[in-house]
Amino acid sequence: MNLLAFIGLLLGGGVLAWVSERINPNAPRWIGLVTFAAAGAWLLGVWLGTPDGATGYASQTISWIPRFGINVDLAMDGLSLMLVALTLFLGIIAIVSSWSEVEENTGFFQFNILWVMAGVVGVFTAFDLFLFFFCWEVMLIPMYFLIAIWGHENKSYAAMKFFLFTQISGLLMLFAILALVYFNYAATGVITFSYDALLGAELDDDIEFYLMLGFFVAFLVKLPGVPFHTWLPDAHTQAPTAGSVILAGILLKTGAYGMIRFVVPLFPEAAQDFGWTAMLLGTISIIYGGYMAYSQSDFKRLVAYSSVAHMGFVLLGVFAFNELGTQGAIVTMIAHGFSTAALFMMAGALQQRLHTREMSQMGGLWVRAPRMGAMAMFFVIASVGMPGLGNFIGEFLVLFGAFQTDVVLTAVAALGLVVAAVYGLSLMQRTFQGTPNPEIATMPDFGFREMSVMILMLIALVWIGVYPQHVLDMSAPVVQALVGGAP
Amino acid sequence: MDLLWLVPTFPLLGSLILLVTQGKLARWPTAIVGAGSVGLAALTTLVIGLDFYNAGAVPFDQTLWTWMSVGQFTPTVGLYLDGLSLVMMGVITGVGFLIHLYATGYMWEEDGYSRFFSYMNLFVFAMLMLVMGDNLLVLFLGWEGVGLCSYLLIGFFHTEPENGYAARKAFVVTRVGDTAMALGLFLLFREIGTLEIQASLEGARAAWPDGSMYCTVIALLFLGGAVGKSAQVPLQTWLPDAMAGPTPVSALIHAATMVTAGVYLIARMHDLYVLSPYAQLAVAVVGLVTLVIASFTALTQTDIKRVLAYSTMSQIGYMFMALGVGAWSAAIFHLMTHAFFKALLFLASGSVILALHHEQDMFKMGGLWKKLPVPFWSMLIGSMALAALPLTSGFFSKDAILLTSFDYEFAGTAFWAAAVFAAFLTALYTTRMMLITFFGAMQTEPHDQSHINMWGPLVILAALAIGGGWFGFSAVASVLPDGGLGEQDHTSMIALATMAAPLLGILFGYLIFGNKRIKVDGLVASKVGDATRRFWFSGWAFDWVYDAVFVKPFIWLARINKRDVVDFLFTATAGIARGVHHVIALTQSGRLRWYAANMAAGLLIVLLIALEVL
Repeated sequence: MNLLAFIGLLLGGGVLAWVSERINPNAPRWIGLVTFAAAGAWLLGVWLGTPDGATGYASQTISWIPRFGINVDLAMDGLSLMLVALTLFLGIIAIVSSWSEVEENTGFFQFNILWVMAGVVGVFTAFDLFLFFFCWEVMLIPMYFLIAIWGHENKSYAAMKFFLFTQISGLLMLFAILALVYFNYAATGVITFSYDALLGAELDDDIEFYLMLGFFVAFLVKLPGVPFHTWLPDAHTQAPTAGSVILAGILLKTGAYGMIRFVVPLFPEAAQDFGWTAMLLGTISIIYGGYMAYSQSDFKRLVAYSSVAHMGFVLLGVFAFNELGTQGAIVTMIAHGFSTAALFMMAGALQQRLHTREMSQMGGLWVRAPRMGAMAMFFVIASVGMPGLGNFIGEFLVLFGAFQTDVVLTAVAALGLVVAAVYGLSLMQRTFQGTPNPEIATMPDFGFREMSVMILMLIALVWIGVYPQHVLDMSAPVVQALVGGAP
Repeated sequence: MDLLWLVPTFPLLGSLILLVTQGKLARWPTAIVGAGSVGLAALTTLVIGLDFYNAGAVPFDQTLWTWMSVGQFTPTVGLYLDGLSLVMMGVITGVGFLIHLYATGYMWEEDGYSRFFSYMNLFVFAMLMLVMGDNLLVLFLGWEGVGLCSYLLIGFFHTEPENGYAARKAFVVTRVGDTAMALGLFLLFREIGTLEIQASLEGARAAWPDGSMYCTVIALLFLGGAVGKSAQVPLQTWLPDAMAGPTPVSALIHAATMVTAGVYLIARMHDLYVLSPYAQLAVAVVGLVTLVIASFTALTQTDIKRVLAYSTMSQIGYMFMALGVGAWSAAIFHLMTHAFFKALLFLASGSVILALHHEQDMFKMGGLWKKLPVPFWSMLIGSMALAALPLTSGFFSKDAILLTSFDYEFAGTAFWAAAVFAAFLTALYTTRMMLITFFGAMQTEPHDQSHINMWGPLVILAALAIGGGWFGFSAVASVLPDGGLGEQDHTSMIALATMAAPLLGILFGYLIFGNKRIKVDGLVASKVGDATRRFWFSGWAFDWVYDAVFVKPFIWLARINKRDVVDFLFTATAGIARGVHHVIALTQSGRLRWYAANMAAGLLIVLLIALEVL
């Protein structure tokens, strides 16, 4: 599979969508949709065409800046494939969910969506650290535009906050990358940014620790974990629906992916030493994020904080350093992608209908729109961790794994299950249940377009919940290499 | 027996059909799908049960698929059939079917008819998974599933905010217990390496000596889960509020089946408790404390459903005590008879409530026995079984528990005495309920609206409440070892006292609430009496304490920290930067003299530094 062409397809689709607005304001939407669908079909073809048991699905190396040992080094293993698939799927969701919401500059809007996603695909497939950083930045700027141009009342503040947090932490990562390359050069005499070459870099304990920290903080901000989570509620609240879907569904996963792909393998000892602290941060994120979710009165802020809690499980699982925990983290990433995207879509649909996100202005909406109520109930229940649905598998595997590493932290983190029930059910109560607000006499229910994407996500969550083995098998080689056979 | 998987599949299909059709089905087909799916499950259970006993009652395991496989962690989705799960399946599908049938009539006038039955079917599915799962993770799936359905059904009339609060309370409080149980699963897996129920019990017996610490911790964590689901102290507070759900829901979920899940869990894992006497003692104490507290509380309630809710709590307390004192089979026996007579009581009270247009206050009833004969006689039979009058089903099971408790190694006499006293209280509050509801002056004119689908189940359940003791005995006798159903060898005084307590309760009840020969008004009106009454009425102030200790601080902290104190770190940084900017901007005044003076001063300082004066 030619990965560069694959990314090029998304970039090209973006440009085409932008240009096509001159012909018809509707054209960019269709172009975006078709681009994602074509990319999805391509990916499916690669997946089906790869024999069982193969660990890699594609790889490609093109020399880029040979003087510094920088290559366009793209590859796709099971983990990358799943995340790229999720990216494309949520790309479609993002376009569908903003179909009637965004009416201005549709061309540039679709361009930004496609370019964010192209950057994300690059992040998930880059095996050259310079290229990785490059893609990391590529996905940032279109996202900034999505918030700053199509956002809500306080959009420039939120966009700037998002930009600063990500940019400053990205700078830390850049330093760490350059230092890593330098120390590797000092030891071996070769300048290289290649992931595989740097895997074996020999570093001083102290240096390894600080470099690890540089990566860790960058990814923690993106994840986000406490205490660097505060950009998320603002960015989510202000972003248009498509932006929130992309942000929660995919962009946060790049942070989690970075932990799994870079922090742990590049700096195994330092990461191990740091493990307890990272698990502690994960636990705090679970409890504090959940608690803050309960405190909110804005639908989107609530869901945003709940993402902090869910991503805390990812952190906890990855730094448990065993197969159960890491697999759990990966399943959580995928499942959370669906459940949160659906909830943000719900928030967007409500805002479009009611022109508010304030839950005190809602209440009793089930009576007005039973299909929306039923869907909201399903996805809330999924994110609360009901067995039989995807999030349960992820979170329970994480807890099973973390329990082997640290009993006390796991016990505290398990209280997150109670907190999740508190904020999840209070969300339902404040929006769809209770006395119908007399000021909302009518509200259109979900139509065919919205129902069909909701049901797709519903099926995905049930599938992962009932038979998660497809996901687990996909990531098993990556995970086993990572934890070296620890159970 | 290969048909085992069909039993949970029928209700699941029923639920899905009703969900997918989104309430567009008419009432009749909805009723047929809703009740029929459970009926089919009951029939299948019957066939399987006959098959099982004909084949010599050998446990049977049906693995459906491997749920997930991560390293050593390979839980399967499988169903396990033995005497215990068969009894539970029988109760769930049998009593469940009768309640569904009743509900087809009870809910006829309500909106959301199809939603109601889809939730109910889903509940039956989840409950079946709970008792049939051969793996603790599957059990946990059912465990959480029934919690979800309970939540959905308590909040069924979702436009009433109080119902929503009651539903959330039930879900959150039981989730506290579920979290304990989850930790128990983690620990069990870490120590024994499997969650397969039979294998893990075998592993536990092999790995742990008597009184082992790990075993005790796991057993106590499971007890934590059990007290949540089964509404025992200290997590009992959600059950009375759960009565906000429609009455058939109270009958099925909050009396006959779901609340007994904790009893099932402990019975299923009883090897762990055998290995850990202290954990077992804890089970007995929890049961006894709940039993006594709930009995006193039931004595003061005015809402008929709350009386029944507290009586459910106390009867499950009996079951817990039975488990604690090692009367395993007696506990399951009582679980079964209780399912019969408590379902009967709830359904009969539902008919009364419906006839009075959703009036639940007993003091607005009265004098109904002639007007509502079927509910009255049903309720009378149910009450007799609840009070454990000789020859009713409740008598056999309760008697077995009480007599076994007498022989318990830790203070058996005390357990026995307290439990017999509670039996007296049970009869007392049951008599009070019957007298206030059905006798005396009529307060409200009833409109009996029951059809055969409503009184039919009442008649069948009444027959079971009377006769269930005889066939039930043989059904559960061999389910668990050492069950407390064998020959009891006690002095006749003990046996007699055990039997006499309910009769005394009825007598006193009649004297106090019937012909008022014993005057209690003065006592109740006194300061201490009134305080005690209010204390009992509130369920011993548990709600008040939890509110003050957990709920209010939680909400308070949420309110003051809505803006997220952590963000202050960053906004403060931004603020400082902005402040410094303003200060420095002031120096940019545009006045040449000011600039020149500053430059000179700066130059001077630099010079002085260079000359090492400063």
